[in-house]
Amino acid sequence: MTFTTVAAPSSYVGTPRRGPVTRLLEDERWLALLLLLPTVVLLGLFIAYPFVKGIMLSVTDTRVGVPGHFVGLKNFEDVWNDSIFRVAVWNTCLYTVVTTVFKLALGLWLAVLLNRNFRGKTLTRAFILLPFIIPTVLSTLAWKWMFDPTFSVINWVLFHVGIIDSRINWLGEPGLAMISVIIVNVWRGVPFYAITLLAGLQTISPELHEAAAIDGARAWQRFRHVTWPLLLPVTLVVVLFSVIQTFADFQLVYVLTGGGPANATQLFATYAYQIGIGTGLLSQGATISLAVFPVLLLVVIVQLLYIRKVETH
Amino acid sequence: MIEGALWRRWVFFYIPLSAFIIALLFPFYWMVITSIRPDRELYRPWNAPNYNPFWTWYPTVSHVRDLLTQTLFTTWLLNTMIIALSATAISLFCGLLAGYALSRLKFPFAGSLGTIIFITYLVPQTLLFIPLADIIRNFHLGDTRWSLILTYPTFLIPFCTWLMMGYFKSIPKELEECARIDGATRWKAMLYIIFPIAVPGILSAGIFAFTLSWNEFIYALVFLSSPGEKTVPVGVTSELIRGDVFYWGELMAGALLGSIPVAFVYSFFVEHYVASVTGSVKG
Amino acid sequence: MAEVALQNVNKNFDEVYAVRDVNLSIHDKEFMVLVGPSGCGKTTTLRMVAGLESISSGRILIDDKVINNLPPMDRDIAMVFQNYALYPHMSVYDNMAFGLKMRKFDRADIARRVQEAAEILGIEQLLQRKPRQLSGGQRQRVALGRAIVRHPQVFLFDEPLSNLDAKLRVQTRVELKKLHNRLGTTAIYVTHDQVEAMTLGDRVVVMKDGLVQQVGEPLELYNEPANRFVAGFIGSPAMNFLTVRVGESNGALWAKSDGIDIRVPDEIAGRVRHHAGEQVALGIRPEDIHLATAADPPELGFDAVVEVVEKLGSETLLDVAVNGETMVASVEPTVRVGIHEKLRLAMNPARMHFFDMSSEMAI
Repeated sequence: MTFTTVAAPSSYVGTPRRGPVTRLLEDERWLALLLLLPTVVLLGLFIAYPFVKGIMLSVTDTRVGVPGHFVGLKNFEDVWNDSIFRVAVWNTCLYTVVTTVFKLALGLWLAVLLNRNFRGKTLTRAFILLPFIIPTVLSTLAWKWMFDPTFSVINWVLFHVGIIDSRINWLGEPGLAMISVIIVNVWRGVPFYAITLLAGLQTISPELHEAAAIDGARAWQRFRHVTWPLLLPVTLVVVLFSVIQTFADFQLVYVLTGGGPANATQLFATYAYQIGIGTGLLSQGATISLAVFPVLLLVVIVQLLYIRKVETH
Repeated sequence: MIEGALWRRWVFFYIPLSAFIIALLFPFYWMVITSIRPDRELYRPWNAPNYNPFWTWYPTVSHVRDLLTQTLFTTWLLNTMIIALSATAISLFCGLLAGYALSRLKFPFAGSLGTIIFITYLVPQTLLFIPLADIIRNFHLGDTRWSLILTYPTFLIPFCTWLMMGYFKSIPKELEECARIDGATRWKAMLYIIFPIAVPGILSAGIFAFTLSWNEFIYALVFLSSPGEKTVPVGVTSELIRGDVFYWGELMAGALLGSIPVAFVYSFFVEHYVASVTGSVKG
Repeated sequence: MAEVALQNVNKNFDEVYAVRDVNLSIHDKEFMVLVGPSGCGKTTTLRMVAGLESISSGRILIDDKVINNLPPMDRDIAMVFQNYALYPHMSVYDNMAFGLKMRKFDRADIARRVQEAAEILGIEQLLQRKPRQLSGGQRQRVALGRAIVRHPQVFLFDEPLSNLDAKLRVQTRVELKKLHNRLGTTAIYVTHDQVEAMTLGDRVVVMKDGLVQQVGEPLELYNEPANRFVAGFIGSPAMNFLTVRVGESNGALWAKSDGIDIRVPDEIAGRVRHHAGEQVALGIRPEDIHLATAADPPELGFDAVVEVVEKLGSETLLDVAVNGETMVASVEPTVRVGIHEKLRLAMNPARMHFFDMSSEMAI
């Protein structure tokens, strides 16, 4: 070599001897095992194990402090024949479908509005997400206060604008209670839909719109033929995720109405809580919880099929 | 600026956008106003004459003061903070390692494992809370912070893993290969090269995990019973109601103060947060 | 001493064979170039030497020691990547120091080595910068510096010049050559550019579809290509190929096609005679074709029609048609011809190449 070599340190060996642990961790498979171990343990212990246990509970007659015996499908029969459960089925389905439709429509509208350049755009976008960031029960409490039968500010506004002259018992009347709960859920969900749809919109190159406009398409047609199809993948993911969360919703209804009045807003989760934790009938509570499973399965399957399709492209 | 005739701009843009903003932010304004209004103003019926609910000329700190001194609110705040930070730390740790393994290493069943972790993200807490309550009791973790610190990662890890995977995939593999040729073991290459580059992703995941922890309710409700152990969401909804009477001033103060830490963290890292939300959906 | 030997090395990814039965012996201080089109297996071979790909079968040895199962960190090699692979979160200094840190050099030694390498490459003033603040050429040097500081046994280069613009590429090529002359470390260099191969390599390996086509010094490949692929790959513009039939008449061998009737010179005729009556491929490089003059024997000439004239200044390329087949001839820049003109061209007899039609091997 024609440049001054700095001698390697005495500890340096061109091909050092490696300890057994080092050699083991060089193997991709062993390293992967080690890296995945904490995750697998935690998820196994607190998701897989409870899931199995839940199924076991649903086929026994366990109560708090009283171990149960195997009863086969009796719990499922009882639950199915329970009139309140049937009401909960209807409520949950109605709740999920209506809120999803509104969240999607309003979220899309908001996303389209936010997709333009205006002063204060970044600030607006940041503030818009607040309903989603703030803990649900806390903002729901604010709504509860806003819906209060005697002191509702909403009633105040409607009264002073002249729309009503007697109070609206938002949370006290069965039909209205469901509407109130839907309103709060939509309020909370619109920002999430809006932000993710906005991200989707921003990946659509404006050149596509320009080309369509030159081709003679009007705003609505451009939306239908250019924007919507390209937005479909993101929409699908957002909707699927939202559906499963809404179907299993608990916090909102628990705080706002507790499931009432007269089970008008009773959902699977709130009913399971009432039965399982409230009255201590663990097995029956677990059985009711499992009502969420079919929808979960459906969502998972659709997601997997969709991922498979996207990956093979 | 928005193009188009002035009237069009107002009808199709400014008015709808303003309506959205007002509708979305009003409840928070209401929270703030209620927290500082004296009781005599609060409890006026909706159709009482001559009063403006949107403003007060006599703001008071009595609600906030009572909240902080006469209830366990500060304890709940501390509890929630500790739980959220610990759960976030655990989830980031697991998510980083798992995300790296799934995105950069080749091993049997890698695909299936990734899918399974993704699926656990979809499992709602309301499906598992009853059997999990039993398990927590059996582990003697009932009514302690650990019951939450160990269970929150179940819905935080999948998300963190997913986010980190996306981040790692964008780092060229030549960097690791070069590091390994330079003399680093796989482990060191991961630690010294990949992780430092992924810091923005780690930040995003951490913030999202923090806000999700703060927002969790049903596990906290079911696993904790002593008032001194509760988290802010559970404490505010259960302890601030005496008999059937709702102390709305304190309740709203509690809701407001309970929201501030989250809003604070969020405000610093909005871009990262939005990135993680949209990243989670775009997969 | 750093000799690299590949013995019967194979690499397959499931059913796809990327590298097949490669046998190479690289001498100490040699600059060996692996060249070939994309997908020919040259990069895979390099990565197997680096330890980044596992070896499906065969052995790789450095200095008579089998390194098949050694992880990359223990092979005492350094690699320069096409995309430079600089660590973005570290300064240039730290990038270069990383390998030494991993091998537990102390700080003073690291500083000295980095300074030394930086001086050789002329990047001393960049040491505190981050990669994103550097130009492509500067990043290239840092990548080189990172490899040099380690004083490895073998340098590996994976198309390091491909990302540079044309002018920088030529400049850097020369500097690389100077660097190798100065350092004298064994090097294996992969590229798809035959010009780089010819100018940089002490020896060149031409690969196609995972197989070694020919190994030899650059001029050997140029003058005596082993098969049609090597003949057409090396040299630019590429060699012309004509399908001709070999026939004997008047005691001499003739290569005939519809537009050609050329006498095969006696030196080559001996080999080609075995294929009399058959069709073979006749290869002739553009630079070995010239405008026929009175001094050229008529049996070496043929007629052609000019289709395109490309004036490069140093030479003029004529794209001509010879009875439907296209050929390229490289002539003096002073030649003046127009399109559609008929010309008479002549081949340099010593420079004809013949290839078997089916096996494509040189005759």
